[in-house]
Amino acid sequence: MQSRCMKSGSSWRRKHDKSGLKTPKGGHLTSRIRATSDRLTFYATVATSFRTNNNRLQSEKNTSDETGSQRNDSAAAPSIAYVGATIRFLSGATENDAVTVSVDISTYDTFPKLLQYNARERGQMPAMREKALGIWQTWNWAESAKEIRSLACGLKALGCNAGDKLAIIGDNRPRLYWSMAAAQSIGAIPVPVYQDMVADELGYVLDHAEIRFAIAEDQEQVDKLLLISEGHEPLHAIIYDDPRGMRHYTEDYLNSCDSVIEKGRAYDAANPDFFDQSVAATKGDDAAVMAYTSGTTGRPKGVVLSHTNVLKTAYNAAVRENLQETDNILAYLPMAWIGDHIFSYAQSYVVGFCVSCPESPDTVLTDLRELGPSYFFAPPTIFENLLTTVMIRIEDASWIKRKMFHYFMEVARRCGPKILDGAPVSVTDRILFWLGNILVIGPLKNNLGLSRVRLGYTAGEAIGPDIFNFYRGLGLNLKQLYGSTEASVFVTIQPDGEIKPDTVGTPAPEVELRIAENGEVLFRSPGVFQEYYKNPEATAETKTSDGWVHTGDAGFIGEDGHLRIIDRAKDVGKLNNGSIFSPKYIENKLKFFPTISEAVTFGDGHDYVSAFINIDLNAVGNWAEKQNISYASYQELAASPLVYDLIAEQIAQVNADLMKEEKMADSQIHRFLILNKELDADDGELTRTRKVRRRIVAERYKALIDALNSDQTHCEIETQVTFEDGRTDTVKADLEIRNVDVTSNEAGTLARHAAE
Amino acid sequence: MTTMVEETQTSAAQARVFNETLLSVDDISLSFGGVKALDSVSFDIRKGEVRAIIGPNGAGKSSMLNVINGFYHPNEGSITYKGTKRPEMRPDQSAQSGIARTFQNIALFRGMTTLDNIMTGRNTKMHRNFLWQALHWGPAKAEELEHRTIVENVIDFLEIQAIRKTPVGRLPYGLQKRVELGRALAAEPDLLLLDEPMAGMNSEEKEDMCRFILDVNDEFGTTIALIEHDMSVVMDISDRVVVLDYGRKIADGTPDEVRSNQGVIDAYLGVSHD
Repeated sequence: MQSRCMKSGSSWRRKHDKSGLKTPKGGHLTSRIRATSDRLTFYATVATSFRTNNNRLQSEKNTSDETGSQRNDSAAAPSIAYVGATIRFLSGATENDAVTVSVDISTYDTFPKLLQYNARERGQMPAMREKALGIWQTWNWAESAKEIRSLACGLKALGCNAGDKLAIIGDNRPRLYWSMAAAQSIGAIPVPVYQDMVADELGYVLDHAEIRFAIAEDQEQVDKLLLISEGHEPLHAIIYDDPRGMRHYTEDYLNSCDSVIEKGRAYDAANPDFFDQSVAATKGDDAAVMAYTSGTTGRPKGVVLSHTNVLKTAYNAAVRENLQETDNILAYLPMAWIGDHIFSYAQSYVVGFCVSCPESPDTVLTDLRELGPSYFFAPPTIFENLLTTVMIRIEDASWIKRKMFHYFMEVARRCGPKILDGAPVSVTDRILFWLGNILVIGPLKNNLGLSRVRLGYTAGEAIGPDIFNFYRGLGLNLKQLYGSTEASVFVTIQPDGEIKPDTVGTPAPEVELRIAENGEVLFRSPGVFQEYYKNPEATAETKTSDGWVHTGDAGFIGEDGHLRIIDRAKDVGKLNNGSIFSPKYIENKLKFFPTISEAVTFGDGHDYVSAFINIDLNAVGNWAEKQNISYASYQELAASPLVYDLIAEQIAQVNADLMKEEKMADSQIHRFLILNKELDADDGELTRTRKVRRRIVAERYKALIDALNSDQTHCEIETQVTFEDGRTDTVKADLEIRNVDVTSNEAGTLARHAAE
Repeated sequence: MTTMVEETQTSAAQARVFNETLLSVDDISLSFGGVKALDSVSFDIRKGEVRAIIGPNGAGKSSMLNVINGFYHPNEGSITYKGTKRPEMRPDQSAQSGIARTFQNIALFRGMTTLDNIMTGRNTKMHRNFLWQALHWGPAKAEELEHRTIVENVIDFLEIQAIRKTPVGRLPYGLQKRVELGRALAAEPDLLLLDEPMAGMNSEEKEDMCRFILDVNDEFGTTIALIEHDMSVVMDISDRVVVLDYGRKIADGTPDEVRSNQGVIDAYLGVSHD
């Protein structure tokens, strides 16, 4: 009896991959990234970089994708084999100035109308790409439109009407994007949800949004939906994209995507006017999408955005950044995150550029290399991960490569920014920089798949100066932006040529900014959301009657018109001696060390600042290997006194840094401990976008915080871990608490005086 | 797991009846010098089932697999495969006849990529000779593309796209096992022999492997004979279990029957001799 139960079992499902690539930073895109280069003065195009171009992808045959193989081996270990490269000299602006955002979005004011425009005007241009059996498949706009038409009619045939909500759950897949447009075509509202949500959270969203239809990527997601449907109003229909493992499911409301498309074709044949009429009936003010925010407090809120909200914002940003229909982007961040919705969906429809879906979440880096996108968004974690990978592999490379890498990266760091700023640079440095581009930087960029990036954004969290310098040295046009779901993403963007380390840029077109008396940032724009679904109180709290939105972030606008974000307004607190305490400010400084993956600081209402540290298993593990420290698990590594020494040293550096700033001198970290587990979204300690939920952490680890604020040197702790299927387990540990050297305030003042 | 799905699955389990015999071994005896590895063992493997061979260390399980595979030749007894009595066979001949296997100790080409390793599983099906393949033109190319499609299907099935181009030697153990399974699958076997597919794996890797074995059986209808030490796994995924001890068959039946068999309990737990 028992034996077969396991077949479909979620118990046989792996716990979700929690690597950085799957966990974006979203929601509020507060960002304080050190600025970046906007334009390269010199660069070398290496022969191999041409291998990743578009045309090749379309004609690529099974056996010809070997291009990656030899590069694989040398990944991040640039070799002198690249010397025979074609070199192109570029100086100053090289951007193509032709504007191709040709569509009038007041006529084509909804997604389905835009789709019809694209199918007509650029029908043969690529719209979507996906890898099937190792070969990139391309759908042009005309084909996409056809698929969407069938899917829309299929949804109608299943009983989905205008106003119904369609949940979309899964990794980035063309069909899931199409289902979004299909739902919108018939007036239904797509509700993309995070694929790694635990059942409980997903259940809440399904209930709250009154979802009756869902499209899931595969069996895993279907299982989750079925599990939820036990305690809830059952869904009217579930559609699944990947039929694998689904043959034993007998529920009659499960439909394969193919069967829905079949049904749709039949329905379309029987009612030939239906689709066109439905599309014509869509209006710009209709709700286009509901995005559930991960919310640092309480239940997720459903942000309702209209077609006009999304399209107008996407259009404005596209025009400002001069996006072209020939651009291409890799859609690898969760579809539920508004950023992906704008970058990979709305802007693609407005501009007409091609969106590629990665083969699987694990292959993103390979896909990036093969596709060479020209438009790229990544939260700082991904840039950090990329850099860590590069560094680790460089350490494993032969000494000559290592020497070359370090030498030329140093050159790039030294004179790259100067060249970008147009500052005088000696002839020798220029030659070295040029050589470095041929030998190291060009091949490295190519290897990372970043050779063709014309526009890169990063946002969500602060990015470390080292990381920033690294990518700036590579010559990436990386910009910071600031935005939120409530704004349809864009609030501020750094304009070309004004990229500064400590700002998030100037207001995007048609965005008004205001700083409230308490320092909170307010904005008003065409992208301002309609409401929080079924939550008028929260709507009224966030959005004033005249359309201003409270961001909850404290910031100020400098003389140069750039916005600077300090912290979450509600997180800024005071130490007992009355000096200001901004946890995020300190934590960001801590997290700039690659060894520290997460930090939570406490100080509001305390005598001094103390910190919880999460170490980065990769970076510290690598370090431990070199030090001959053996460890079997994260816990063991985290408890090692040598690791404590390492972290203490780094905190002392942060303290020294803090001491230099008048306002922050009192915020030096006096005591810290390394947690025995990583803070995890499944345990409710982080949001889905990996931001710390301070209140929950403070509540759960109260004993530890008390111990930090006493003179104990050890503290016992029992923590609960939750697995994805809802099972829980407890972990016990005795954590060491360390004191860190603090330069006393007087000494600090003296030091400052001395420095002056 | 939802009850709904459980019910579906359970009813599917009850419906699993296999009548057609794919392979039967009759009175197989095998000895190495004075050691009797197998002593007149008989059992059958029916088409479409998952058949487990279990037993304590040294019970003769791997020898049995090697006999089926044609690596060892039994001293006595016969093997009937697909309805005909099989003459003495070399392993390559048995591979040609649709029997693929994995090994207890991973036997992959460590310097070759995952893709190339799995491609070697197609070796028995390649018709063009070495020279044609070296030319890589015309019919040879067309053939390679055909094989590559099958290999890509296997890669997709086993969800190893991310390691397609990674040399196998660099992969963690659990993934190497998966690649080895991939190579066996690439041969599109009728009978798949798995020698301790889950040995040395952590529980997560075991779960993955179980799921793949069941999926292979389910999606391609491949008959599977496996040796495994982890009893919970064996009891969960196999349709019928044969138990060997000191080269003799001591039990044969469904997991439940075997579990309650006194002889099996004695063999595993030991029995007091007083």
